[in-house]
Amino acid sequence: MTTDILTVTDLKRYFVIGHKDILKRDPITVKAVDGVSFTVQEGETFGLVGESGSGKSTVAYTTIGMYRPTEGRISFQGQNLFEENKVRPLALKKEIQIVFQDPGSSLNPRRNIRQILELPLRIHRRDENQTEQIVRLLEMVELPPDYMHKYPQMLGGGEKQMIAIARALATDPSFVILDEPTSALDVSIQGKIISLLIRLQNEFHLSYLFITHDLSLMRNVASRVAIMYLGKICEVAEAAEFFRNPYHPYTQMLLSSIPVVSAEEEKLKPKKITSTGEIPSPVNIPSGCSFHLRCPNKMDICSRVDPSMVEVEAGHTVRCHLHGQPDQADGG
Amino acid sequence: MHASPLLEIKDLHVHFDVYGGTLKVLDGVNFTVQSGQKVGLVGETGCGKTTTMKSILRILPMPPARIPSGEIYFKGQNVLKMGREALRQVRSEGISMIFQDPTAALNPVFSVGQQLEAVVKYSLEGKELSRKEIRERAIVPLKEVALPDPERMLDSYPIQLSGGMRQRVCIAMALVASRELLIADEPGTSLDVTIQDQILRLLHRLVEEKNVSVILITHTLGVVRETTDRVYVMYAGSMAEVANTEELFVNPLHPYTHGLMAAVPRLTGGGVSNGIPGRIPDYLAPPPGCRFHPRCDHAMSICRREKPPFYKLSDSHEVACFLYRDGGKGTRTL
Repeated sequence: MTTDILTVTDLKRYFVIGHKDILKRDPITVKAVDGVSFTVQEGETFGLVGESGSGKSTVAYTTIGMYRPTEGRISFQGQNLFEENKVRPLALKKEIQIVFQDPGSSLNPRRNIRQILELPLRIHRRDENQTEQIVRLLEMVELPPDYMHKYPQMLGGGEKQMIAIARALATDPSFVILDEPTSALDVSIQGKIISLLIRLQNEFHLSYLFITHDLSLMRNVASRVAIMYLGKICEVAEAAEFFRNPYHPYTQMLLSSIPVVSAEEEKLKPKKITSTGEIPSPVNIPSGCSFHLRCPNKMDICSRVDPSMVEVEAGHTVRCHLHGQPDQADGG
Repeated sequence: MHASPLLEIKDLHVHFDVYGGTLKVLDGVNFTVQSGQKVGLVGETGCGKTTTMKSILRILPMPPARIPSGEIYFKGQNVLKMGREALRQVRSEGISMIFQDPTAALNPVFSVGQQLEAVVKYSLEGKELSRKEIRERAIVPLKEVALPDPERMLDSYPIQLSGGMRQRVCIAMALVASRELLIADEPGTSLDVTIQDQILRLLHRLVEEKNVSVILITHTLGVVRETTDRVYVMYAGSMAEVANTEELFVNPLHPYTHGLMAAVPRLTGGGVSNGIPGRIPDYLAPPPGCRFHPRCDHAMSICRREKPPFYKLSDSHEVACFLYRDGGKGTRTL
């Protein structure tokens, strides 16, 4: 049986970005994440897909503890990650680690690789031989031991990302957040990083929360996929099922926008939908369903009522008025 | 054989003099665009795509850049030997360029209108127009790129626009004068996938309408497949393979093209390949012979000594690889 490792329940994270008057009474808020729920099972790769501004990174940063949630709950192995008035215990920090998008800016240019990898070891594994551990970490990401004397700028983009992965694994975590780990890299290097991540997952029984905007990549790495749009999840399904049978109009639009390299892939793309409109600013989220301004299947109800999440098939949930909303006869 | 090509680059070398030596970035680039053609240029970061394009417009900073040899012909004239006035004409009426990052391409302290009007004035040197006429001419391209409310758009600043809108403004600027060749340097890379799709469709429509030739630079193979008729694959400063788009995707020949294709994750699933081992060579001391040989699974001894010439396998398909030196007959399949 699979067990849940991370459960996110109705997570909300708002940012106050200014005030409407000078007395600072009426705050202007950005609803970066607005009621997101999902679970990640042990040993799986859960994919979170969305365009810029959809809130996927905010979900990641809240999970890692960079932000506190405005509302909602995140629990890890049954334990609440945000106890009131309490700093997250070290043992919990050790279990959840993150790899950022751009290794060029996530590695300190003034420290060499040894110092970079040493910091998490000094904090979380003080009683072990550090040099030995660093060599082992470098081995894990297939880099030679003498790399510990190099500085980040001496490495290529792919190698830097491998160091970032090694740093995340230094604490021996069970859950790793991958925030667009390959989007700053060329495809020829992307393959290597992804294979490495998959190998490490099998070796150390890791669970991944994989964030990306690249659906083709998602198809190949994730076991389940969630699509985010303007702070909300609009569809969740098993990866294979997801691409065979997308329900949400936004998912269909995303799929039809992907540039593909073969005729077989072309057949998978929904034909009729062409992408229109811009992604609205998260300060000014449209009423009702936030996607209705760009939706080709818009109905009257869409601009008034925000649809709720409905399970259309086993393990496949969708948040759209077209599909089995309780008060809506027009089923998909 | 076609009539004389619109753009022809012959054996172009570009070096950069830097502290510690000379970066030999372009190593004999050959590149041709026929009138009305949509040509794609693909390759990894740092393979010299943008350097090639910048040398066409002569906007490379010199020094440190230097062109030791090579010729670039635009409509039969050598761009590298042009005087100021001829070059101005090429830049204002012949070739225009769209850059990867629209945010960096637009000046943040001038309004969209001021920037567009400057382009209008530049392209009309000699002719006197009133301010009102200039403004009217500036609105036309904004309408063409389907920006909402073009009047208001002229008075807004880049920061007030979204990424997709900024890129539309850049395209509008590139279209102000009637152009013959448009160079689009990764026009969608910094945008979201649905917005990228819109921009590419817009470009496609305008190109058809105006009968402009296009060079589309990208490292995304899928984009090339959907928008071009001919593709050049570039590696470390020279062309590895050139073919008609359909042919290249069905029958890639060069080991590098193979590696690139295999590295693209597919919508149909099937996992992710290991990619191509190694990385782009150091241009201070590039490997002798074929610059790809240290990363190539099929490298032979000749590859380490000599640079492969282009082998013509059909009218439309050429490849720079010694595996095909007998014309592709009897070569092992990759």
